[in-house]
Amino acid sequence: MSRRSRLAVFLVGAAGVAALYLLAVLHAPAFGTTTHPMRDAAVRAALAHATANVVSTVNYDARALDTLGEETLLLASVVGAAALLRPTARERETRGAHEPVHVLEPVQLAGYLMLPITLLIGADVVLHGQLTPGGGFQGGVVLGTGIHLVYLTGRYRALENVRPLRVFVAGEAVGTAVFAATGLAALAGAGFLANVLPTGTFGTMLSGGTVPLLNAAVGVEVASGVIVLLAGFLDQLHRTEAAA
Amino acid sequence: MTVIAYGVAGWLLLIGVYGIVRSHDAIHAVVCLSVAQSGSYVLLVAVGYQRGAVPPVFGTSVPPTTPVVDPIVQALTLTDVVVSATVTALLLALAVQIARRHGETDPDQLSALKG
Repeated sequence: MSRRSRLAVFLVGAAGVAALYLLAVLHAPAFGTTTHPMRDAAVRAALAHATANVVSTVNYDARALDTLGEETLLLASVVGAAALLRPTARERETRGAHEPVHVLEPVQLAGYLMLPITLLIGADVVLHGQLTPGGGFQGGVVLGTGIHLVYLTGRYRALENVRPLRVFVAGEAVGTAVFAATGLAALAGAGFLANVLPTGTFGTMLSGGTVPLLNAAVGVEVASGVIVLLAGFLDQLHRTEAAA
Repeated sequence: MTVIAYGVAGWLLLIGVYGIVRSHDAIHAVVCLSVAQSGSYVLLVAVGYQRGAVPPVFGTSVPPTTPVVDPIVQALTLTDVVVSATVTALLLALAVQIARRHGETDPDQLSALKG
């Protein structure tokens, strides 16, 4: 298809989408209204299980099954990307060929200073998922990307030392397995992924029942997944095609 | 404000798809897809908004009777972000694979199949 005809098809489709969207918005409830029946139900569910962060109640309690699906999707994507990015038979590893890279000293200093702070913030975001904004997905991304501050200091080998890939490949699987196992354990009580643990006192670290546990499992899985993914992309820099 | 919130969501979707249609580079197309998907974040958050309400996180300064914005659409937005991130990662891996095999990232130049 030529570029011009493709643009024409797009314009026809976009006009249709825009018209339907306009119709939908015109008939939608007014913006910023006080009527939110689903919100009221979610808030009641959160207060019943002493979970201060209502978004966490939705993700890890009321609709934990959906989050298991979401986790599986993430796992599948990491496996798929790792399969696509693995070295071909003609390629060989050229570890260290790019080193040493000159990195400005302030950048190195900032990298080393920020590393422990970022990892602490990531762990904090995961562990307080039931109390404050955040949770396993958000904190996991902070943890998984934060460790790459070591890469900012210019040493790929140093990064490889702090993140043994085999551990995180296992971590990815363990996180998903713990989530599913928690759900299966709840079968003995009320049903798959039901919140069976004591919900504790509202606003404390151990409130929310299974919510903090599931948050931690997701945190491990997401952090490991991000590390494995980024490792797949970063490794591309350290490969060359061997002469045929 | 209604016009801005829903308008931005629709605009992001259309401009993102327009970018994909006009794209000369696979990686550019992947970024355009992320832009198109951002429209759904704006739409979801706009649907759950309530004037004067606070984020749906209770605590000592936010007693449980305070009006909060809809947490369900926020949870859906989180799912949306995760889906977007995983799709982007897979598509970028595909782009890397295409560049390795064909030495080319312009989708228009990739007409022939190659084993």
